[in-house]
Amino acid sequence: MLEVRNLSMRFGGLLAVDQVSLDVQEHEIVSIIGPNGAGKTTVFNCMSGFYRPTGGEILFNDQPIHGKPDYKISRLGLVRTFQHVRLFNKMTVVENLLVAQHRHLNTNLIAGLLGSPNYRKREQKALDRATYWLDRVGLLELANREAGNLAYGQQRRLEIARCMVTEPRLLMLDEPAAGLNPAETRDLNQLIISLKEDYNVSVVLIEHDMSLVMEISDRINVINQGRPLASGTPEEVRQNDDVIKAYLGET
Amino acid sequence: MAAQNLKHALFCAIITLIIAYPILGLNLEAEGTQVVLEGADTVTVVSIALAAIVVFLFQLFRDTIMASLGRIPRLNPLANREPMEQGRRQRFETIALVLLVMAALAWPFFVSRGSVDLATLVLIYVMLALGLNVVVGLAGLLDLGYVAFYAVGAYTFALLSQYFGISFWLALPLGACLAALFGLVLGFPVLRLRGDYLAIVTLGFGEIIRILLNNMTWLTGGPNGIGGIPDPTLFGMEFGRRIKEEGNSSFHEVFGIAYSSEHKIIFLYLIALVLAVFTAVVIRRFTKMPVGRSWEALREDEIAARSLGLSRTSVKLSAFTIGAFFAGFAGTVFASKQGFISPESFVFLESAIILAIVVLGGMGSQIGVILAAIAVVILPELAREFSEFRMLIFGAAMVLMMVWRPQGLLPMRRIHIELKKQE
Repeated sequence: MLEVRNLSMRFGGLLAVDQVSLDVQEHEIVSIIGPNGAGKTTVFNCMSGFYRPTGGEILFNDQPIHGKPDYKISRLGLVRTFQHVRLFNKMTVVENLLVAQHRHLNTNLIAGLLGSPNYRKREQKALDRATYWLDRVGLLELANREAGNLAYGQQRRLEIARCMVTEPRLLMLDEPAAGLNPAETRDLNQLIISLKEDYNVSVVLIEHDMSLVMEISDRINVINQGRPLASGTPEEVRQNDDVIKAYLGET
Repeated sequence: MAAQNLKHALFCAIITLIIAYPILGLNLEAEGTQVVLEGADTVTVVSIALAAIVVFLFQLFRDTIMASLGRIPRLNPLANREPMEQGRRQRFETIALVLLVMAALAWPFFVSRGSVDLATLVLIYVMLALGLNVVVGLAGLLDLGYVAFYAVGAYTFALLSQYFGISFWLALPLGACLAALFGLVLGFPVLRLRGDYLAIVTLGFGEIIRILLNNMTWLTGGPNGIGGIPDPTLFGMEFGRRIKEEGNSSFHEVFGIAYSSEHKIIFLYLIALVLAVFTAVVIRRFTKMPVGRSWEALREDEIAARSLGLSRTSVKLSAFTIGAFFAGFAGTVFASKQGFISPESFVFLESAIILAIVVLGGMGSQIGVILAAIAVVILPELAREFSEFRMLIFGAAMVLMMVWRPQGLLPMRRIHIELKKQE
């Protein structure tokens, strides 16, 4: 479904990502792990079109997407969250979800001004979808609050819901568990598995929380200093000597 | 602490003396061919000294004074009231708005000609401010050259009527559309810019338009401006004493009433009112539509907006275009009201005033912006006796406003969306 081949990203003299390859199949959770500064987020930024990679290629459903503008990539169904939550803070929770469905709405100005049947129908559909996802992540009560006033864990969930209402094929989560307490992490765990099981979305995950990664990943890619270090099932990665040395620490 | 306060207050008082005395206390008098330096009269010197003492006292007790100022908003009896329930508030707002518009419709028939004229000006500023509110308040794009679109609207009407004899009603959509086109054209080069950089470019754009109008004398008459812009007609009825154009009839003859110059003023007021209401309603509707939401999303977080598939290009361009469209409206009405326009009406200060209206009213808030437009246009007129100090009062009022209510008169309130839980 997604194939990254020999991806390289150079910022001036710094080679942040060097020859990284990974692939994601339908119905799969793939994790990218590595020490801080290893280049994980840079890989994400290349995949979502924020950076134009300096080398290699990225294929989504056998279609090259490297170098495409970010908004076009997300319209293909490749949507991401951010390491630091990026919500539309002054807008309400529902509005955040409605903005995300821009692509599914009738954006014709005249139709909107006159309230044409098609416009109303699609607006209602978007509202229903927003309601469904708010209910799913447990934020329905807070629908008309300003997103910036939510608690941190709620903001994290809202960000995932905001991605899901766009009906993505592939979801990229950048450290979704950062700053969550153990109970919240457990909920998140289940949510991500359910995204895969119930909504048929593939997930690429960057995460530092090892228990989360090991538990839910189908496969793991390890990056160190921009270079791929190892890849395989959680079991294989756990046993890999290089990984233990580089990441889990030497004892 | 007290010693420090005293030192600071003394310093401020001395600075006041140093600045005020040479400017106000010394006069240059021409005596034959020579210029002689003379001290001002005692009254001036005493008032300068008094001013220095006031500054000294204020700085000395500054903390106490500011603290007591901070208590003032709490005197507001409505401050702690629970917000009204959603449905009731909406009904209440609708009724209030309808009553307000009806009052505004009937009002000009009972007041003087001067007030109606002023009210027309207020309505023009309301249109401008609502339009700029889209660009600055909703989309978060700081536009310092907004007056350019106003000028485009006004000059479109003036030029078309001068060269092709086009009427007000035809010029209205044309002026608005041409202004919108200019908005689109300005939008392209500034797509990548935000904040300060955008402000500078738009400032430059505003100046370009004004200077072009000033220098293209063969077309626009340059600084001499364009006169003789026709008044609007009502279904071919003119409001002048005599008919200017072939085929038109005159309003007072058709209705068999005595000619009065007030008819025209009131008619213009009503047109401005209808257009202002139209502007408010359309923009209000936009804010609930996908376009309006995408403007706000872009303001809140551009990167997140793009990651969700919003194209920065189309969102920014739509904000610029729609904002400019309504400025074009206002410009056409302005040209018709004045009957004469010159580049002098479209200087940077105008942009600054419109921006001040938006900021004072509360970014994104329509009612706030309308109230601020009324205040900003009418207050200087009321303070005519102090005409020398108009700008001073204006500035002071703004500083005080920003200290007390940095979020504006009536900050924007979110739209409440009722959700039905599904099974």
